[in-house]
Amino acid sequence: MSAVGQFGRSLGSRVGRRVRSAAHLLTTPLLPDDVLGTLNPMWSRRDPRARVVRIQRETADTTTLFLKPGAPFAAHRPGQFIGLGLRLEGVWHWRTYSVTSRPGDELLAVTVTAVPGGRMSGILAHGTPAGSVVALGPAAGEFVLPEPTPEKLLFITAGSGITPVMGMLRSLPRNALSGAVLVHCDRTPSDVVFGPELRALAETTGLRLVERHTALHSRLTPDALTDEVPDWTARETWACGPGGLLDDLGVFWSEAGDPDTLHVERFRPPALLGTEGTGGRITFTASGITADAAPDTPVLIAGEDAGALLPNGCRMGICHTCVGKLTAGAVRDLHTGELIDAAETPGRPVRTCVTAPTGDITLDL
Amino acid sequence: MTLTASMRPARAKTRVSAAAHLTDEQVEALGAELDAIRDEVMGSRGERDAQYIHKVLLAQRSLEMGGRALLLFSKFPPAWLAGTAALSIAKILDNMELGHNILHGQWDWMRDAKIYSTKWEWDHADPSEFWQKSHNYEHHTFTNIEGLDRDLGYSVMRVTPDQEWSPKYLIQPLTNLGLSLIFEWGIAIYDIELDRVQSGEKSWKEARASIGKILRKARKQLAKDYVVYPLLSGPSALHTMAANFTANTVRNLWTHAVIFCGHFPDGVETFDESRLDGETRGQWYVRQMLGSANLSGSKTFHLMTGNLSHQIEHHLFPDMPSNRYAEIAPRVKDICERYGLPYTIGSLPRQYGKVVRKIARLAFPGGHERYGTPVAEQTPRVRPLPVAPRADAAGPARLAS
Repeated sequence: MSAVGQFGRSLGSRVGRRVRSAAHLLTTPLLPDDVLGTLNPMWSRRDPRARVVRIQRETADTTTLFLKPGAPFAAHRPGQFIGLGLRLEGVWHWRTYSVTSRPGDELLAVTVTAVPGGRMSGILAHGTPAGSVVALGPAAGEFVLPEPTPEKLLFITAGSGITPVMGMLRSLPRNALSGAVLVHCDRTPSDVVFGPELRALAETTGLRLVERHTALHSRLTPDALTDEVPDWTARETWACGPGGLLDDLGVFWSEAGDPDTLHVERFRPPALLGTEGTGGRITFTASGITADAAPDTPVLIAGEDAGALLPNGCRMGICHTCVGKLTAGAVRDLHTGELIDAAETPGRPVRTCVTAPTGDITLDL
Repeated sequence: MTLTASMRPARAKTRVSAAAHLTDEQVEALGAELDAIRDEVMGSRGERDAQYIHKVLLAQRSLEMGGRALLLFSKFPPAWLAGTAALSIAKILDNMELGHNILHGQWDWMRDAKIYSTKWEWDHADPSEFWQKSHNYEHHTFTNIEGLDRDLGYSVMRVTPDQEWSPKYLIQPLTNLGLSLIFEWGIAIYDIELDRVQSGEKSWKEARASIGKILRKARKQLAKDYVVYPLLSGPSALHTMAANFTANTVRNLWTHAVIFCGHFPDGVETFDESRLDGETRGQWYVRQMLGSANLSGSKTFHLMTGNLSHQIEHHLFPDMPSNRYAEIAPRVKDICERYGLPYTIGSLPRQYGKVVRKIARLAFPGGHERYGTPVAEQTPRVRPLPVAPRADAAGPARLAS
């Protein structure tokens, strides 16, 4: 980036700030953005929205939504997810989905697999026609390739776990794919999301695609992996899929490989260690709302059910959007079992999506 | 100042509360019926309600921007008139149907950060957070309890004869007129709680912090209406200034009238502090109903009052979305009829006339004959039910034959 360009940008943002603060004089006590967003939600920058421009059915239960953000939207890194918000029966609901388009593409593509019983995923996959407007949350997530790209890459995916990896594969330069291996598990060939595109990529780039169809093959075992990818311990690996598969991989890598070379992305939190807690009453200081939580109910869920408006992002402990300061009481981390006690570390930020109260607690949210 | 029983002047007459005939069981049955209405409505909040509040929001923003745009040319009388009218309506909607109700948390269930009680700020001199404390908590919890509900006369007027008379009340008809003209500033000053500073409940330091917050907001509010928009209007500057002043004053007069009609007309009861001892949910509901009065009018009228024309319903369920009050009003009225309780309602001119008459009468000592507080606590509950309760589970008996 040239110094002139940087200077231009900082001047631009300074002018922008001046304009905004001048406009604020006209709209006080509201922000100019509040007024614009009310007249047309697509005009809001602080509360970004996107229009679904077209949809593409990938498989029976998976759909890609192509989105046009109303305001410039900060670019994602391949492999990251973004938040999608929908108003259902008057109430806003948020979930996160992997971005499958490349940074800089004209449209933002998000691929959604309908989860049985899922409130949002079913509507996004099957009931969101072109023309609909959705709310956007910022891109986040650590499941990304480092710079420079490692030489020997291995991707292990299952089912809809292909989506963040697809975002990476599409973004990588063709020559970086040469020599990379993708092991993908799905029930049958027709269930494979992006199946034709993956097979074409394998033909044209030198990516080695190993499809394992679980309707025919057994689950992936260390031996089977060694048969398919003999040099797996020498590769930097990115894996995404059901919790059971990722748990197994974690065991392989810690027994036979280097756990630091395995990067996993979970769509759902790992099995919760909820039984040790006692649950309790949560007091949110900003709203004064109180909520009772069971031992395995995350603070976030209990709060939302009680009507509290709480920050949230990935909802599984990754992105730290949901953190709030714990001012009284203790919570247990539902992933690690760690106990966080305000008596020992007053005001420590805790992730509400993966912690549950043990006894009554107060959160600065 | 909190009146103690010994300081209270002897009453010429002891009036009986309109709820004196109800037994404890009946009061609780009434409470259960109201709880059922609440559960039913709160459980059915959905898209229709969300669309309603978004529609009001869009209308308010459009009126405000349209009005202010017209006023850029306020030198031309038609533009001045139309712009002032649009801005007056916008300010009224902002304060009442939007501000008052959103700050009550009526729309928090949507989890929309833009329409949320703790994040909302209104076009009003009083910062939202002060209003939420003095109004949502103190007024709605201690409704019409002397000494606790500071909204009773806003600590400057005598609105019940149980407030000890003093010569300062002689001018209260004028106080009321003045307050109605500057109502938003009256509320902001009221939330500094100077009366509490005087009584020692609030320190000067806290009061100074409150004043600081109010000044910071007031500065921006005043700059917007009396500097920025007039300057943008160029040759129309003075006309725009006058138009904005008019819109603020119209809003003040209107909100003052609506709010005073909610609790001060004839037929509305006040209570003393002992009422709170062990008050049950049923008794709380009864106090809210006896302490509030409705206004009759058209759909547009209800919207312009922020649905505070359904003051009784609002006081029963302060966090219920305002568009639902009109729907439940017939059922609340029916409950009042069946339990033999008054359901005070009248047109705005009629009710405001009663308020003004009361303020004028209570400027002078006495007033118990007409306005004395009924004392339910002193009335033994011995009157039998006119009709035995129905055996079915549908609810208590129809008391009025």
